[in-house]
Amino acid sequence: MGNPIVFFILAAIAIAAGLGMLTSRNAVHSALFLVLNFATIAVLYITLNAPFIGMVQITVYAGAIMVLFLFVIMLLGADQLTGVAGKDKWQRYLAGLLAAALIVVFAIVLAQGNADADAVKMIDSTPGALGLRLFEGYVFPFEVTGVLLLTSMIGVVVLGRKKRGKDAGSNN
Amino acid sequence: MPEVTIDWYIALSVILFTIGTLGVLLRRNAIIIFMSVEMMLNAANLAFVAFSRHLGDLDGQVLVFFVITVAAAEVAVGLALIVTIFRTKQSINIDEINLMKG
Repeated sequence: MGNPIVFFILAAIAIAAGLGMLTSRNAVHSALFLVLNFATIAVLYITLNAPFIGMVQITVYAGAIMVLFLFVIMLLGADQLTGVAGKDKWQRYLAGLLAAALIVVFAIVLAQGNADADAVKMIDSTPGALGLRLFEGYVFPFEVTGVLLLTSMIGVVVLGRKKRGKDAGSNN
Repeated sequence: MPEVTIDWYIALSVILFTIGTLGVLLRRNAIIIFMSVEMMLNAANLAFVAFSRHLGDLDGQVLVFFVITVAAAEVAVGLALIVTIFRTKQSINIDEINLMKG
């Protein structure tokens, strides 16, 4: 499934960027670390013989979604607002404990799984093949996704609308 | 040199998912919490693509499309909510957003 050196370098960058996002005090830095994380994952997709998904990852995630994030962070001036957990220290320990438990459970599941030797089956994952599969087997989910996008669009318009005849502080 | 197997990709996916979980649990800034959720979705996507490659089946990659679409819709609505909350409370610290607490 690809070169181990490439995989390890990409994995190290992805994990480091994730930790950077987690620990950064400045929200803008967090967002930029997340962009780096998404970009490395996009390259991992390419090593997994899914180049189209990798490109979609870069344009949609690293492009559109993160620009939206950065836009809102800068719009609100929220970059310096809050750091890691407030007064309650125990929350931090509890979070660490829960994360450790989660990773232990995953490790047990991973150890139990019996992934046989890597099947060297190269499938056709060009955009054309993907589109055929999408419209042959997933037409209804595709339509539902369209409705979902329309719903969220209307929701955002309603939420972002300025309330008329009321002052900004007291809208229901 | 060892061959890269699907287990390594799944392990990376697990680590990224756990970092995302830690972000949701630890941070108090609503925007950072949203970014952590995005990272968890990405970890799941990575597992999908790895399984798709392993099984030689395109369905995993098609599912990733749906996940990305839902994530985009979720981010749009979530950020609109955050902006609205910020307008009324002048803060997006989730410790201070407890109006609906019983």
